[in-house]
This record gives sequence, structure tokens and C-alpha cells, in this order.
Amino acid sequence: MRKIDRKRLLREMVFFRRFEDRSFEAYMERKVGGFLHLYSGQEAVATGVLEMVQADRGVGFDYAITGYRDHIHAIKAGAPAREVMAELYGKETGSSRGRGGSMHIFDPSVRFMGGYALVGQPFPLAAGLALACKHQKEGRIAVCFLGDGANNQGTFHETMNMASLWKLPVLFVCENNCYAIGTVIQRSTAVIDQYKRLEAYNIPASQHPGQDIEVVMEAAQSAIAHVRSGAGPYFLEFLTYRYRGHSMSDAGAYRSKEEVAEWMQRDPIQILAKRLIEAGELTEEEFKAMEQAVQSEIDNDIIQFAEESPEPKVADLAKYVLEDNPDPRWIGPLQGQGG
Amino acid sequence: MAELAYWEALRRAHDEELAHDPLVIAMGEDIGVAGGTYKVTLGLYGKYGEERIIDTPISENSYTGIGIGASMAGMRPIIEIMSINFALLALDTLINAAAKIRYMSGGRAQCPIVMRTPGGTAHQLAAQHSARLSRLFMGTPGLRVVTPSTPLDAYGMLKSAVRCNDPVIFLEHESMYNLKGEVPDEETFRPLEGAGVVREGTDITLIGYNYSVHWCLTAADKLAQEGIHAEVIDLRSLKPIDRETIRRSIEKTHRVLVAEEDEAPVGVGSEVIAGIIEDCFFALDAQPVRVHAADVPVPYNYSLEKAAIPDAKDVYQSALKVLGKV
Repeated sequence: MRKIDRKRLLREMVFFRRFEDRSFEAYMERKVGGFLHLYSGQEAVATGVLEMVQADRGVGFDYAITGYRDHIHAIKAGAPAREVMAELYGKETGSSRGRGGSMHIFDPSVRFMGGYALVGQPFPLAAGLALACKHQKEGRIAVCFLGDGANNQGTFHETMNMASLWKLPVLFVCENNCYAIGTVIQRSTAVIDQYKRLEAYNIPASQHPGQDIEVVMEAAQSAIAHVRSGAGPYFLEFLTYRYRGHSMSDAGAYRSKEEVAEWMQRDPIQILAKRLIEAGELTEEEFKAMEQAVQSEIDNDIIQFAEESPEPKVADLAKYVLEDNPDPRWIGPLQGQGG
Repeated sequence: MAELAYWEALRRAHDEELAHDPLVIAMGEDIGVAGGTYKVTLGLYGKYGEERIIDTPISENSYTGIGIGASMAGMRPIIEIMSINFALLALDTLINAAAKIRYMSGGRAQCPIVMRTPGGTAHQLAAQHSARLSRLFMGTPGLRVVTPSTPLDAYGMLKSAVRCNDPVIFLEHESMYNLKGEVPDEETFRPLEGAGVVREGTDITLIGYNYSVHWCLTAADKLAQEGIHAEVIDLRSLKPIDRETIRRSIEKTHRVLVAEEDEAPVGVGSEVIAGIIEDCFFALDAQPVRVHAADVPVPYNYSLEKAAIPDAKDVYQSALKVLGKV
């Protein structure tokens, strides 16, 4: 495995935070529509897990899939950030050509198989990607990111049963941010520690703090090794927190200021920055310069690309409903053949 | 040319497609060791093994979702759902995922799955085992919906469905699995689009799909004894509907009846007749008529069940009304 550059990881997380903040601003400017679910506060999970998934096989080798809070997972999986922002803008250059929007970022070229807006739906889709990996025997695995709220859907239980039974190479990553939309986990879920639910399905599982990326990477490394070995699924639970409301229409009034402030003391970016500064690998000035460079890149390149990209053509409204040029031998139509 | 039962024709299509492409798999409840409730996968478990003929737990939504996920990664799953009633549990993955993934990914991902399932009334199976539900799927953009009515179409359309890159809903009928018909010995594909004119006539057009095509053919025989020549159209595909074949027929016969086992509201007949009004209103010499099931849950009692579901006699009598003979 190649040595992981911690400064690069820090820069990525700074980039992800700024990407979400900037998309918030674009939403307020009415340049981004629909729903917008932001990931700020949870960066260490997607960044750390996908870093370890990619560590030995590279970007785009394995499959990743998630729910609607999906921008950062897509970018870390290898989708160009420009295209993700253009998708939020609904542009033709967007990762889903403007047809998907915030909740449906796709980039199959790097095996990022989508964000889905039905809570719990990605569980079986991820197991299906893993079934294909197992069948095709090329060493791939599937990684499924979902929040704690999704675990109360029937798909969680049905999929865990089949994934375990069939020893599918799938890594489930539960981002336990304590809230299912606006309902605190104590009020929605009978078992608070999510990893304990996997005992019922004979799937190995563990719970870890989710704000320190090095803790996330360490936990992910052994879980990935388990899955890649062919031993079947693994379930990782990370305790984390989202700083903003569930979506743009949610100010998060159900949470106390004290609670939010307490979690912000454990900010994943600050934890790693402080560690690098104390180790002498980074100076305060370098960190500030890093933040400024990221801001400049997002404002001058990412946003500019989204702003200047063309809208989809209305004439293309029905494009992508069915395959464009299907094989006439099996699509038809019948021509004078009778019954 | 061999005479095959509908279930044997489906089985042969499975066998040929599994042999043709190692990425083809079949999934469903009891389809492996047990060979399928309707014998459609009989013997294939022994031939292709448990990795390709997959017995699933009773978890329709998630095993359908697993098939969809696998198809996104290049597999060609044929997903069997034992009864269309149970397919309701899988509507989320079928309608919210399979039908939309190509579109919401801007054409970058696709779900080449086939979901096979029988509907219809068999023998007193009552409300929760007798649904048809064609309307749910034909009202969903991004799906193809086909309803073969003969062993030849069952065989050739299933082969086409497996090779199609769009999700295909393949509607069968519990009372049709033993229906026999000729199927060529050589490999044959039947297209997924286009209605078939299965009997030519000049006096009235009888339109059916799946089981109701057979009522139309029986009714046409009876009408012929009275010197009335009915043309019979088998829709074959409910999405898309072949409006051109219907228009050509009505311009010849000027009278039309649509026969279906589904309930009438928001159904296949409503859609077909709306198309007829739009396409060939001035060719009509009589008002179009629907023969359809009663708008009730299908009852258990035999007489009530019979009263709820139409048959060939109802088609015959309604045809006489359209023709002004009664």
C-alpha cells in the first residue's frame, strides 16, 4: 500500500467543506434548486473510508453508492468536482447532465453508482453491485454509505440477511449522525448502537468515533481487508454529526446550540490540522494558505464552470428515458408477422 | 417445429440465454432447487449451479433491488416474482430505481433487468393472489411492459427482453402456463414492440392482451359462424402501445372493442381507447367499448369470481352490441 499523504487528506477535507459552503451560497442565490443536503461535519468518514478503499487498487476500481447526501462521496470516489457543482446548477455538463440534481449524482466512469433519495434503497443496490463483483471475480468490492435513519427501513434487514447468506463483498458504512431528518436517534430507534443490530445477521460489525480521519482509516483498513478476502460483508458504524440542518428547508431547531457547539469542538478538519501542526508537518501559515487556495479554486474554477456551462436543451427532454439506439432485432416492432 | 407449453417455452428461453451469456442469472423464490412454482426454471439449477440460479429469501423489494444493482454492474438478471401481488413490495426498486436510473444519471447508468411475474385469476385464489396491475407499470416512464399471449411470444420475447438494455416488466398469467403452441426449433427472437394482427377480419376489431387475446379469438370464431368477420389484435406490448397497427385496423373495420382482465379505471382499455379517439375518431362507425373486470377486489367464491372477471362470452356479446345486432 502506498504511503498516505496526510496534508493531501487535510486539503481534500478543506475542499469538501468549502464545496458544501459554496453550494449553500449558490442555493441562497437561487442558482441551485430543489433539495440540498449538506455533508459539513461528516467529512472524515467518506474521505477516510474511500481513501482506504482506493489505497491498494486506485480510484474507480471498486463500486461506491450512497443516499441523497452524496456530493462529497461522489467527488472522493473520483467524480470531477466541476461536474458535481454543474449538476447542482442543473447544467448539461453536470455529472447527471442536469437530470439528477443534488440527490442523484452519478459517475459510473469511476464506479460511483449514484445518490438515491429513497431512504434505505441503496442497501439492496449495493448488495447487487457486490453480487456482480463476486460473479465477475475481478477482486472488486462495493461500498455503501448510509445514515442511521436508513437502518429502520425493511431493506436494511432484508439486505443484511442476503448479504450475509451469500457472503457478498460489500462494506456497509453507517454514518450515525444522531438524527433521522429531525428526529433524534433515541426517539426513532430501539437499539442506539447500530453495529449491535448486525449480530442478528451474523455480519461482523464495529463502532468507531467518526471525527478523526486517522481513526476512520484504521477501522476501514481492516474492514476492507475482511471484505476483499471473500469472507463476506462488514458493517462499520461511525459516530459523527452534521453541522447544518437535514436540508436547506431545515434550520435544525430541534438541536441545542450547546450540542452543536460541543460537536464542533471535534471538527474533523481542525483535529487533523492541529495534529499536523503539532507534528511540525504543517505551519499555521501553510494551513491558512491552503484554505485560501481551496477557496480560490472553488470560486474561480468550480463555480465558474457551473455558471458558464450550458443548460440542457428542452428538445432533449425525453432523451435517456430508454436506450437511444436499441438493437432492432429484439426491440421490434413487429412487421407484418402476425401472431 | 415443436409444440411447447407456455412454461416450457419460457424455460427454453432461460436455458438458451443462460448458455449464451455467462452474465445472465435468474433470481427468485423457489426457482432453484424447487424449479419454480410454475416449473419455468425446472432443471436449470442442476445445469447452471446456485451462483446463476439463485433461490432468494421471501424479500421481494430487496432481492429485486439486488438484481437491479447487479444489472448496473453488467449482469443480466431475470428476476421472478411468484405473483404480481408480491411485486407491489418491489415497486420502490422497480419504479423509483430501475425505471429512473438511466434518466437521473443522464444516460450514464442503465438497468438491464427483466422482471417476470404472473398475474390474473386462476382458481379461487381470492383478492391477494389474483391481481393484474398492468396499469402500474404501463404508467411508469423508463420501463418496457410486455405481455406475451402465446408460447412463441413467451419464448422469443423473453430472449429479447434479456438482451434489451432497458428494464422490462414481463407479465405472464397463472392460467396460461399450460397453454400449448408451436415454437420453431431454431433460435428465434420476437420483438418487444409492435402489436400483432392475429386474425384478419373486416367487420370489427377485437383488441386483447395476454389471456384476453384468447377470449377474443374464441369470440371471433363464434362471430364467424354468424357471418361476422372480426379482426383480432394482440397488443403484445403495453409500453409502448402500437397505435399504428390499431389505427390501420379501425380504418378497415370502423368498429372496436377492447377486452381485458384488468379493472377498467385508469387501465389498458382506457389508454387504448383514448389513443383511438385521438388517432382515428372519424373512422369510427360506433362507440368503442371496453370489456373489463368488475371494479372489486377479486372474491373467493366461485360464482362471484366468475362474475368479476369477463370471458369469451362477454366479448362475443359486447361485440354484437358494437355491431348493433342486439
